[in-house]
Amino acid sequence: MNQLDHAAAARQFVADTQRTNWHDETLWWIRQKRDKAAHGLPEWEHLRELASQIKEHTLSKLDQYLEQFEQSAHRNGVEVHWAADANEHNQIVLAILREYGAARIVKSKSMLTEECHLNPFLIKQGIEVVDTDLGERIVQLRQEPPSHIVLPAIHLKKEDVGQTFHQHLGVPAGIIDPKALTEIARQHLREKFVHANVAITGVNFAVAQTGAFVVCTNEGNADLGAHLADVHIACMGIEKVIPAQEHLGVFLRLLTRSATGQPITAYSSHFAKPRPGQRMHIILVDNGRSHQLGRADFRSSLKCIRCGACFNTCPVYRRSGGHSYHTAIAGPIGSVLSPNLDLKKHADLPFASTLCGSCTHVCPVKIDLDKQLWKWRQVIVAAGLAPASKTASMNGLSWLLTSPRLYRLAGRFGRWTLRQFPWLVNHRFNPWYIGREMPLPARKSFGDWYANRGRTN
Amino acid sequence: MNVALFVPCYVDQFFPQVGVATLELLEKLGCAVTYPTEQTCCGQPMANAGYEHLASGCEMNVQRIFSSFEYVVTPSGSCTVHLREHLPAAHGSRIYEVCEFLTDVLRVKSLAASFPHRIGLHSSCHGLRGLRLASMSEQNEPAFSKPIQLLSLVDGLELVYPERPDECCGFGGTFCVTEEAVSVKMGQDRVDEHLANNVDYIVGSDMSCLMHLQGILRRRKSNTDVLHIAQVLNAYEPA
Ligand code: SF4
Repeated sequence: MNQLDHAAAARQFVADTQRTNWHDETLWWIRQKRDKAAHGLPEWEHLRELASQIKEHTLSKLDQYLEQFEQSAHRNGVEVHWAADANEHNQIVLAILREYGAARIVKSKSMLTEECHLNPFLIKQGIEVVDTDLGERIVQLRQEPPSHIVLPAIHLKKEDVGQTFHQHLGVPAGIIDPKALTEIARQHLREKFVHANVAITGVNFAVAQTGAFVVCTNEGNADLGAHLADVHIACMGIEKVIPAQEHLGVFLRLLTRSATGQPITAYSSHFAKPRPGQRMHIILVDNGRSHQLGRADFRSSLKCIRCGACFNTCPVYRRSGGHSYHTAIAGPIGSVLSPNLDLKKHADLPFASTLCGSCTHVCPVKIDLDKQLWKWRQVIVAAGLAPASKTASMNGLSWLLTSPRLYRLAGRFGRWTLRQFPWLVNHRFNPWYIGREMPLPARKSFGDWYANRGRTN
Repeated sequence: MNVALFVPCYVDQFFPQVGVATLELLEKLGCAVTYPTEQTCCGQPMANAGYEHLASGCEMNVQRIFSSFEYVVTPSGSCTVHLREHLPAAHGSRIYEVCEFLTDVLRVKSLAASFPHRIGLHSSCHGLRGLRLASMSEQNEPAFSKPIQLLSLVDGLELVYPERPDECCGFGGTFCVTEEAVSVKMGQDRVDEHLANNVDYIVGSDMSCLMHLQGILRRRKSNTDVLHIAQVLNAYEPA
């Protein structure tokens, strides 16, 4: 499996109890804000159902809606590009930058460029890339990947941010006031905005009917970047398309309530056409999505609107941190999307869950995440990617549990052995015993008790 | 009413008292209970670990052994979910978790039970979200709870709720050993909330979760213990 699989990385994370508690409580607080917002709308469950159906429908005719979107956008004077994978996407961005002789770009709200590893690619080509959203900028300065799709620096405390700014932006050490830190970032970024001639943004929703797209942000950086720059490049996964303008209302109402508990993002910016003198490009990226679309068991994962609610509710994510998922998109949805891209590399992720199902029920588009995690487990085992020791023990267990006689015999023998020699299991090489006492084996099984019941009664 | 009792394998081996309580409780409520002795396991441990193909032997056993009974009752939400999802519908639909059997089939309105203790309720995920034993905090829906409905029929019992009413305990089948660190942390957090409430017992409807929580309680040498809900509903301890 991976060098540092989820379990090993999570063990390191959990070792710092205070930080784990803080991480867990912060995200749980956001989950509670989400609950309040969701429970405040009587039509909440109806909206989820509607959103799910709109997405299901769109996915069933994805090719048609994409072509319609391309034509509409084209009519608006936008150049549309198609990228089959991450590399093609990065090359297209580079070609556009070269065309305009751009050496500096600002970027906002794009998990897709993170998925495509655009930053390291462009930096290698000598281009300065600045992530303009506060959280993204913080992790960029620290040369870390985001740990959450909506809250990229959620693994960091304000002390960490102060230290990062001190190191990279030359401000005095020890600043921990969030307002002061935000102001520092604002000043630092303002200068970057002014000097960039190309702005890259993500896309939350692309409307096939109109060719317009919507970017949802709280800081307004997508607007600032796109309005100041001569060229606006919008990068979107092909699953971001929705049929018509009227569907936007459904998604905009769900998105931020699910994400942070806000009724709506501070900015829901609609981009339709370039302003006079500006150029606008849209890159439609597949990068494994059409493959996932072809997997009957997993296609509905493409309904995801990247709200992050499944992260915030996931008891495992809250106690293991985003980096333990070693992938651009962590959390339950990351564990469902990533195996599609590289089964072997991400074979640990579907097991990084208790299958508690909380994710499925917070998801605003009703993706049955726990069911899909379960199904990936079957795929991974069938592909021979499970640890051999696990397969051996499962074979043994199945053999034992399938035969009533063997089961009873082993039960009797096992319980007797455990009662006589508890040290056989009470040691630190037994993972159960590290943090828990072993259950006490009963003197008599229920079956034994039942067999004697008539006699004693 | 004729009922067959399915006792999950780990309950059979480690917590026979839960099987006894379930059987006695059903008998008290007027059921004629049979325990087919050939039973073993529902197959879930293998299936949830990714080895669905290794679970079919167990599933076929269950199907064969219980095919002649109208109702099969078991003190486990997660085994019930597994069997409902993996047996042909005609077989799966006859399997009931004990709480839902009491509220939905027997429609129990009173119990001759008394348990003068302070208890905290642990909602196991498979019962909660798989069987819908109660409303869940994620969803915008009217509040209901079959376990609480039943516990409210017990004399003397004081029920207190943890701060997070339906957070997972971290057991998760093989997860409890493959992701030992997170599993234990999740369990500790659950236990902390209940201990902050000064409960005598943590009560739930799945012994697997409770076994995990008990392991943590015992490691801390806590006086608080765990009990299956059937044990509480079957208790007669006058105050
Ligand atoms: S899977 Fe659902 S809950 Fe998770 S990020 Fe996507 S839309 Fe949000």
